[in-house]
Amino acid sequence: MSDDVVIKADGIYKDFILPHERVGSVKGIFTGMFKNTRVRKEKQHALKNISFEIKRGEFFGIVGRNGSGKSTLLKILAGIYQPTRGSVMTNGKLVPFIELGVGFNPELTGKDNVYLNGALLGFSSTEVDEMYDEIVGFAELDRFMDQKLKNYSSGMQVRLAFSMAIRSKAEILLLDEVLAVGDADFQRKCFEYFDKIKLENTTIIFISHDMNAVNEYCDRAMLIDNNEIIAIGSTADVTENYLKLFSSNVTKNNSLTSKRWGDEAAAITGVDAKFENNKIKIEAEVIGRTSIESPNIGFRLRDLSGRELIGTNTRLENIKIKKLPLNKKTVVKWEFENFLKQGEYNIDISIIYRHDTVVADWWDGAAVISIKRDHHSPYMIDPVYKTVIKY
Amino acid sequence: MKNLKKRYRYSIILLKELVRTDFKLKYQGSILGYLWSLLRPLLIFLILYIVFTKFLKIGSGIQNYPVYLLLGILLWNYFVEVTSGSVNAIVGKSDLLRKINFPKYVIIFAISISALINLSLTSIVIVVFMYIGHVTVTLQSLWLIPLIIELILISTGVAFFLSTAFVRFRDISYIWEVLIQAAFYATPILYPLGEIPASAAKLLILNPVAQVIQDSRNVLVTKQADNINTIYGGNIYIWLIPTGLTIVTVTLSALYFRNKSRYFAEEA
Repeated sequence: MSDDVVIKADGIYKDFILPHERVGSVKGIFTGMFKNTRVRKEKQHALKNISFEIKRGEFFGIVGRNGSGKSTLLKILAGIYQPTRGSVMTNGKLVPFIELGVGFNPELTGKDNVYLNGALLGFSSTEVDEMYDEIVGFAELDRFMDQKLKNYSSGMQVRLAFSMAIRSKAEILLLDEVLAVGDADFQRKCFEYFDKIKLENTTIIFISHDMNAVNEYCDRAMLIDNNEIIAIGSTADVTENYLKLFSSNVTKNNSLTSKRWGDEAAAITGVDAKFENNKIKIEAEVIGRTSIESPNIGFRLRDLSGRELIGTNTRLENIKIKKLPLNKKTVVKWEFENFLKQGEYNIDISIIYRHDTVVADWWDGAAVISIKRDHHSPYMIDPVYKTVIKY
Repeated sequence: MKNLKKRYRYSIILLKELVRTDFKLKYQGSILGYLWSLLRPLLIFLILYIVFTKFLKIGSGIQNYPVYLLLGILLWNYFVEVTSGSVNAIVGKSDLLRKINFPKYVIIFAISISALINLSLTSIVIVVFMYIGHVTVTLQSLWLIPLIIELILISTGVAFFLSTAFVRFRDISYIWEVLIQAAFYATPILYPLGEIPASAAKLLILNPVAQVIQDSRNVLVTKQADNINTIYGGNIYIWLIPTGLTIVTVTLSALYFRNKSRYFAEEA
């Protein structure tokens, strides 16, 4: 292992034997002995063939859906779980911060918990004495330290836990979903801390569902799905892949989230979307089946995590359609300058009528448009800027 | 030595903090607090003393029977505290085990040390009783040191086994509850060994805990206390059996514990 690589995972497999399959009592051994049927050993594969390397000073993100195996992987890296196959090599002092408050005991006071947690992080009580004020100050809990931990809110607990964790002189820090709790002010503090330790060449492995945070802070990232590595590399690619996991549900017909409904008084027969010269062009072909009054035809764009971003309809545009010709195609075209960031977007098309109270045909995810930009912005809205610097 | 200290630095820090936490939690919310660790064995002793000297008249023939009885109870209490306290030790800490990787034996050592601190505290009472009863301390009393070490080893050894086995087999807690009750009567804590059949005495004294208790009484309180040596007619090699048993138990249990401790996080 070269000196640069601080973590090297080599073909990690992890199987869990499902708990109800296990012999849980001495009686189980005896009854199991006389049973002819062998005890079924159903294995649950938590990780399959995971290999990667992380270099010193890297800020490495791990993303994936719930239950994909991220946390199991982190626990294997931390030496808490043993891999069924494969190996992990670490080079440097590793501190895991898996959940809020490692070893925190609700029956002890905040102060006692600081000492207990400190011991788990490897600090002697005299060392904790020295940094006690700093810890409490950072967590902003001066007034609460003599109260029992069970009276703390979860936000207070995680503040204290985080304040402890950042004292540890870790060369490798494992963080699991820590930013999910805590208010905006606390999150800002966390990111300030990340910036600081990044300069100190600490390696950070960071599990998160917050793609903005991953994009902004991580140097590289890895996507795990169904217990395997799906993508590894630049954060932009990985986060895009992550969001696609959710979108695949939308664009596929008959899936849970792709929806089309209406009373079929009119129908959408075709949708076409183009992206050219930073312009978005959408064409919807509709057909009237029965005569409907004042139909309203519209579209909207959603990003892959389902946020409705932009859209309009004929009523908003003050275009009155008196009647839709029966059994004859009508085409509606929209064209506008793009100001969305690079990525894929779902297009939903709708036909509603009777003063927007009845749906004739509503098609979520009727088409997908892929927007390519020459750069990758962390912001959703990305107009073409004209930047001028005067010296 | 410095290297050794560095290697075990984390374990030592953790051990200290776990012992401290254990004490804080144990006596939290009770008015008398730490005093209870003194009062509890004393009150139990008082009950047993009254029952056995006034009603059953068993200990009347023994010099300084109160000290004799108290010493036995305290040593036995140590054994019970360590072993029974360890059954659920690993499973009870499963939450912690899943969050951080640390040397697991620290959990068992913490229990052992907590119990040892209790034993030392309560020994003060023995000293008081000895003073009242005019028991003279001789150089021979120094034998207590290796005897206590033997007791620590056998207790911790059994604790290693119980805590590991309990992870897989939850019946252990019930089994041990019954066994320890049986062992209490199979160990000469209340009755003098001379009052039971010689063949039974010969068997019971092979139990390391029984041997430690009787030897301790012999070197500290009264020569009337039969020890393994006198029961086997002055054969000094007989000591090899309980001490050997202790070493075998502690070695095998520690190996078993070490072997399985890698999987405590996922199984406990």
